[in-house]
Amino acid sequence: MSKDQLRPSDVLEKIERVRQARRRKFYLREEYITLSHGSGGKATHNLIEGVFAEAFANPLLDRMDDAAVFAIEAGRMALTTDGYVVSPLFFPGGDIGKLAVHGTINDLAVAGAQPCYLSAGFLLEEGLPIVTLRRVVESMAAAAAAAGVTIIAGDTKVVERGKVDQIYLTTTGVGRLLADWPLGQSHAQPGDIVLLSGPIGDHGIAVMLAREALDIECDVQSDTAPLHGLIAALLEAAGTGVHCLKDPTRGGVATSLNEIALSSEVSIALDESAIPVRQDVRGACEILGLDPLTIANEGRLLAIVARESVENALAAMRAHPLGREAAVIGEVRGTPAGMVFLRTDIGGTRVLDMLVGDPLPRIC
Amino acid sequence: MCLGIPGRIIEFVDETHQIAKAEVSGVRRNINVALVLPEGLEPGDWVLIHVGFAMSKIDEQEAQETLRLLRAMGETYTDELDMLLKSEIE
Amino acid sequence: MRFVDEYRDPQMAQTLAVEIARLTEGRPLKLMEVCGGHTHTIYKHGIEDLLPRTIDLVHGPGCPVCVLPMGRVDDAIAIARSEGVIFTTFGDMMRVPGSRGSLLDAKAQGADVRFIYSPLDALKIARQNPDREVVFFAIGFETTAPSTAVTLLRAQAEGIKNFSVFCNHVTIIPAIKAILDSPDLRLDGFIGPGHVSMVIGMRPYTFIARDHRKPVVIAGFELLDIIQAVLMIVRQVIEGRAEVENQYSRVVRPEGNRKALEAMARTMELRPFFEWRGLGFITHSALKLRPEFAAWDAELRFSVPGIRVADPKACQCGEVLKGVIKPWECKVFGTACTPETPIGTCMVSPEGACAAYYNYGRYSMAAERANLPAIGLQTPADRTAS
Repeated sequence: MSKDQLRPSDVLEKIERVRQARRRKFYLREEYITLSHGSGGKATHNLIEGVFAEAFANPLLDRMDDAAVFAIEAGRMALTTDGYVVSPLFFPGGDIGKLAVHGTINDLAVAGAQPCYLSAGFLLEEGLPIVTLRRVVESMAAAAAAAGVTIIAGDTKVVERGKVDQIYLTTTGVGRLLADWPLGQSHAQPGDIVLLSGPIGDHGIAVMLAREALDIECDVQSDTAPLHGLIAALLEAAGTGVHCLKDPTRGGVATSLNEIALSSEVSIALDESAIPVRQDVRGACEILGLDPLTIANEGRLLAIVARESVENALAAMRAHPLGREAAVIGEVRGTPAGMVFLRTDIGGTRVLDMLVGDPLPRIC
Repeated sequence: MCLGIPGRIIEFVDETHQIAKAEVSGVRRNINVALVLPEGLEPGDWVLIHVGFAMSKIDEQEAQETLRLLRAMGETYTDELDMLLKSEIE
Repeated sequence: MRFVDEYRDPQMAQTLAVEIARLTEGRPLKLMEVCGGHTHTIYKHGIEDLLPRTIDLVHGPGCPVCVLPMGRVDDAIAIARSEGVIFTTFGDMMRVPGSRGSLLDAKAQGADVRFIYSPLDALKIARQNPDREVVFFAIGFETTAPSTAVTLLRAQAEGIKNFSVFCNHVTIIPAIKAILDSPDLRLDGFIGPGHVSMVIGMRPYTFIARDHRKPVVIAGFELLDIIQAVLMIVRQVIEGRAEVENQYSRVVRPEGNRKALEAMARTMELRPFFEWRGLGFITHSALKLRPEFAAWDAELRFSVPGIRVADPKACQCGEVLKGVIKPWECKVFGTACTPETPIGTCMVSPEGACAAYYNYGRYSMAAERANLPAIGLQTPADRTAS
């Protein structure tokens, strides 16, 4: 059959075939994010299909409706949202995507909730390499999958170059409450014991050394991790004996404990020598004149538990991979309310205040 | 007033610019050693580091001596205490 | 950590403290630790809780961040705001307030202010940004000045023209002199600054022992260093001696570091006088670049306001620095003046006497007032096992 014998119906059929194929396949030809990726048109569609849909694929998201619809069990829910702006995007032990997933999971978990679903909002800078975006998205997907949570909704916006720094991320999470007793930073009681799940300062130091031109070489990795497994084990073992949970992120252990002391109107006494700090984190802190107690963590847990529950709580934490180095670091007291203090190595005391501003390296 | 921290010299990195790699508690950084070179410097030596410069070579003998002195001070006191206690018993 | 952990033995510290208590019974002594680093160690470990009440530690002027007058901070900000400038500074200086905000504020308003760990990092930034002017905000005592000097010599040798230094280096001896000459002060001895001394050696302190008959013991920065130094001073007082002794012999040589002094002398010279926050003008107490280094002198290359700004009236930092009053005796301490909103110099840097006291020392006072028991943790036996 020669070309001139081709019938119109054949041509129409061919066009239709190609259109069908194209509808199923997406052509994300660009190497960089442009403003048109945020226009809501074809380019946006291609970006969503080519980057997000595949990585996050799950039945609730795949419908691509304006809102994800899901059923919940009867009971109480927890909801949290958080923005992520980290420089650099990738640092030893993690990246902004992983951090955004873990951060929101941890906010739910410390409220005593089992995280169920997440949503993710992306603010992208014009000119961002799509491979960079892909790396972040894949890391988020992997972190969510490993933690057993699903990303069921999302949004993308693109802004002009210089209006944001590469990628800003917002994640929202919902979870089902496991703890049906009062749990939170205002529930620490005199006599309670303070537990810490592991060595402090790893995340903050890893990011600072990756960001600043301080030329310090070390193998410190971010501690970013989802804490809900550890917390579920702790709640299971110590039940209502768990009074308060907190992940000491920005401002570190010092700031978190001060918040608890203020909210609960108690004082907290810590034993400095009991607080675990890795050798290289300590080294970096000594060089830069920083206090590990004020450095951020992304996978550590502070738990305030009733004295009689300590043994169960500690055993449960130590049995979990994220709590192997868990330790008792102090106790809650009545007065002076709102203050945290440390018992130093020689039995002296000093007040431990919240961090003022960012931790800055000092020479004196 | 001036943060200084002991570090161990691992290797010389740039002889012309007198740069060596030092290690502090598992953390490494290139530091300028120009100011301690006249004292003679070898890998394995300990230096006092301030703002990226080795400012003084740490004298191991003197360090031992200080510790010895400290212990002696402690012992003298313990001995005195022992004597005191003994004299009370008698 | 070697050369650190050995000097943090709590039991040894207890033993020495008991000895100090025994020797000073009925004989209270007022000692000044000149150096802010010592102040930091004292509060970090709670050394004042360990020492007997007979030992009164006065926190001296040895914090270079704290003593820099507001006018100089304003000048720094003016340079940082100049067209095309990358302004590099140690993190310490970022939050120090001038008369209208700090470098951190200037950064928020668009100035390119970056914190660095070493002056050599500033030179590196200059190499990487040949089309920008890179200025290094040089602060610190004799410990830090040699590193600035070596950096200047490198800049000269490599012919790096887009690098300059805003020199604010100060010298410790004139400040100690000013304190000793203050009529309202009674001190029994000095804990000498260990890291300044590794550069300048022991000789510059001789006049304190000879002319003022006060013991000086140069000390290291660990727990036992300080307690041993206190004991050494106590012994001098009891034996009627006034000498310059060196507790920190593992780091400080009697003659100091000649090479470092030489580098300083090649690049810097004494200013006729310099203003210190809280202490006023002190003659020959600071360094500026020598005329040969005019090409690298930010003070000459940029127009700075150079306006003297008076210390805030309410602030009694001068008296605190001289040890006339304790930090908490100041009218604004902990009320108008806190680490978040510092009014005076001593609240600015974490090692300033007031900030150190605010951060670390408040509890002992609160405890004393409320008659609270000392802290003693009752935690499961498990902890000691782990």
